Amino acid sequence: MTEDPTAFPRQTPSGPTAGTTGRWGPATRPGGARAGEHTARRAEEHTAQWYDDAAGPVVRPYTMTRGRTKAPAEERLDLIALVIAEDFLLAHPGGAYAIADRTLSPEHLDIADLARREPHSIAELAATLDLPVGVVRVLVGDLIDAGYVRVSRPVPPAELPDAGILREVIDGLRAL
Amino acid sequence: MVFGRPDRGIRNRTAPLTLKLLVAGGFGVGKTTLVGSVSEIRPLRTEELLTEAGRPVDDLSGVEAKRTTTVAMDFGRITLREDLVLYLFGTPGQDRFWFLWDELAQGALGAVVLADTRRLADCFAAVDYFERRGIAFTLAVNCFDGAPRHSAEAVRDALDLDPEVPVVMCDARERDSVKRVLVSVVEHALATGITARRPATV
Repeated sequence: MTEDPTAFPRQTPSGPTAGTTGRWGPATRPGGARAGEHTARRAEEHTAQWYDDAAGPVVRPYTMTRGRTKAPAEERLDLIALVIAEDFLLAHPGGAYAIADRTLSPEHLDIADLARREPHSIAELAATLDLPVGVVRVLVGDLIDAGYVRVSRPVPPAELPDAGILREVIDGLRAL
Repeated sequence: MVFGRPDRGIRNRTAPLTLKLLVAGGFGVGKTTLVGSVSEIRPLRTEELLTEAGRPVDDLSGVEAKRTTTVAMDFGRITLREDLVLYLFGTPGQDRFWFLWDELAQGALGAVVLADTRRLADCFAAVDYFERRGIAFTLAVNCFDGAPRHSAEAVRDALDLDPEVPVVMCDARERDSVKRVLVSVVEHALATGITARRPATV
């Protein structure tokens, strides 16, 4: 492999070891999720300057997905569906970055390498990488298509084989 | 790195069984505290399309082109065993994000409805939601300092809960107390028979 894994344009040092470094600003901008709480302050915020995190994301979330908001496999990607590395990825000593597939973004590679360490749910990937869930779904869909990962569908409680699992959950909670 | 366990090396493992519980209740009732008492808590963001429902509250003047809004939820993971993982999702408090609940509720093992006796009405919507969908829930009264104490039966009457719905007093800050609440939800799900679940009849 001659490709240099550092050749990828990293926006921030946000590899799997970087934890939850905030890539984007908090969701407190006018019009954001907590807009309702901010009504009273809106007038002054309109005139105020926004700096750093307060100015919001430098990269719009769906830029990473090249504008796509739906993954072909989205029906399968429940929040607690597990993303599992395929043997191809597990067998590669350096992980996804070392494979140096230039069709994949750093965010794709971060997801692939997290899945390579152990199966991660869609929600965990989004929380760990500080990406919106919808973006993670699209990126995981790409990784499935590229053969890096597969996704296991969570078992709905109604389809659990027997009540034994729930007793184990109860025992496990008591033992915490 | 919190979720990863690099010391276990890279190898293909059987994927664990994943289950989820929801934590619902009014704004400021202690959902975040409750999730944080038993698990490492993290914010989870979803980008949602702004709908007509959001118009009255989402002032879009100046950002009329903005089509999506970010909704943050509390999210926690409890590893019960290597092959058994329970996820907790704190539902977004604002009524206009009800549509998000449908995705969260799908396949949920059960739910906690957290209530504050000073503002009991704040949990009506969540109680209705889970009753209608036949999702097992426990009504947990977060006993805030200084809040008037009511008996579980008084709360049950006030909320007109079915007799089989567990009502427990809790302190969302106390790990053991929250563990008891979660155990109660799963026991209730077990007792009511999760296979009896009906689809929504809204």
